[in-house]
Amino acid sequence: MRDDNYNFGYLDERTKRMIRRAILKAVAIPGYQVPFGSREMPLPYGWGTGGIQVTASVIGPNDVLKVIDQGADDTVNAVNIRRFFQRVTGVATTERTSEATLIQTRHRIPETPLSERQIVVYQVPVPEPLQRLEPREAETRRMHALGDYGLMHVKLYEDIARYGHVSTSYDYPVMVNGRYLMSPSPIPKFDNPKLDMSPALQLFGAGREKRIYALPPYTRVESVAFEDHPFAIQKWSARCALCGSSESFLDEVVTDDRGGRMFVCSDTDYCAGRQAGSAFAA
Amino acid sequence: MILRASGLRKSYGERLAVDDVSFELFAGEVLAVVGESGSGKTTLLRLVSGNLRPDAGAVEFATRHEGVKNLYSISEAERRLLARTDWGFVHQRAEEGLRMNVSAGANVGERLMALGERHYGSIRAAAADWLSRVEMDAARIDESPGAFSGGMRQRLQIARNLVTRPRLVFMDEPTSGLDVSVQAKLLDLLRSLTRGLGLAAIVVTHDLAVARLLAQRMLVMREGRVVEEGLTDQVLDDPQHPYTQLLVSSVLQP
Repeated sequence: MRDDNYNFGYLDERTKRMIRRAILKAVAIPGYQVPFGSREMPLPYGWGTGGIQVTASVIGPNDVLKVIDQGADDTVNAVNIRRFFQRVTGVATTERTSEATLIQTRHRIPETPLSERQIVVYQVPVPEPLQRLEPREAETRRMHALGDYGLMHVKLYEDIARYGHVSTSYDYPVMVNGRYLMSPSPIPKFDNPKLDMSPALQLFGAGREKRIYALPPYTRVESVAFEDHPFAIQKWSARCALCGSSESFLDEVVTDDRGGRMFVCSDTDYCAGRQAGSAFAA
Repeated sequence: MILRASGLRKSYGERLAVDDVSFELFAGEVLAVVGESGSGKTTLLRLVSGNLRPDAGAVEFATRHEGVKNLYSISEAERRLLARTDWGFVHQRAEEGLRMNVSAGANVGERLMALGERHYGSIRAAAADWLSRVEMDAARIDESPGAFSGGMRQRLQIARNLVTRPRLVFMDEPTSGLDVSVQAKLLDLLRSLTRGLGLAAIVVTHDLAVARLLAQRMLVMREGRVVEEGLTDQVLDDPQHPYTQLLVSSVLQP
């Protein structure tokens, strides 16, 4: 299955070493964005080049890889990245969260709880949580250095004054270990609580922006909020139409052009597992 | 003594912008710095407000709890903290001192949030309170600064600075660019605020009337040097230096 014309993991060994050094530094300073020499990958920017480089640097021959795109294993981005790693490493792949040792993901964290033997790699388009508030990068770096995050709350204040609640529903910024403000990548805020004290190592790679950051296992992660407007996740009045779950993140699917619609789990593996176990538990 | 500048010197390349300036400011005192354009008064303000490192000399500030500190030997983090707790800075153009893309309430509340206030309700209450203190309609708390007139923006900027109860405010031409009736009202407000709160202030202005109304003491600058200093009334009524005499006699009398 493996194509011997490529080095194991596509990247050459010195590049992998450079990226591993960045990862080590990122793990040592949770939430801090470490610059790294991002390489051209056989994939356009915005398709997960950062995540792929991180995965390529940590993957070993005995790893079992799972790739998720928007919660699903069978969407184009997931299929292509999985096939890429099959070709350049020959590792086993899986769709089952519990069987995977390495999970590369975009937009979701699996519903199935993660374990200490797993690594999650996130694809990150915009690593700087303050970028939309303060366009000058020199200034945002200084704000990180000084822990000067008042501006983030100005944004929350403005949302509440205008809409009555915080309007951010994905890529909802978090404080890591009480020190660095971090973008959790464009996951729905529904997944933010899963970041907190997670037993798995979580790595974030931004290819175009050339940044890597990390959450070591069991790191405190808090979503920013006001005391009288606490952080809250999305809720649905419906259950999943396929597996009946009332706890997972639901996607709305339009079924016809007469207003018919249904809600289904965005995590396909979780949903399939519940259907197989015919677990229509309340 | 709340602030002491000694032997300040700053040059831009060959040109000396501020040359050997020293002064002391006492708590609750308003000091005006006057002079023509290019006399170095704005540079002096940036030097003493921690925004520009001098080539020589020192700026010392008496902090609330930790005694006298040299501004340029403390860390940047400490300087920022000082700048948003004990100081205010009112810019000539309100647009420079405000965030134009967020509401008036967020502008006033920003310093509180930067200092760790995390209760939306109390931030909003403080913002509404300060809007009414600067004689603005608290009902306009959710409007963006772009919706306000020039005079209102300047008031908003003042509220934003005073919300943390600073002890010293730096003002750079706070009333220029406003028409005279608005200027008069703003000066009234500034005077009652500085008196009422016991604020110390350094006001840079080219308008001698502003100095007369607000300041107890003044410095006259020319070509980077202080040519005359003293009580405002004394300097304006009995100017000693030829340049000050020229300044005073240039004021139009309607």
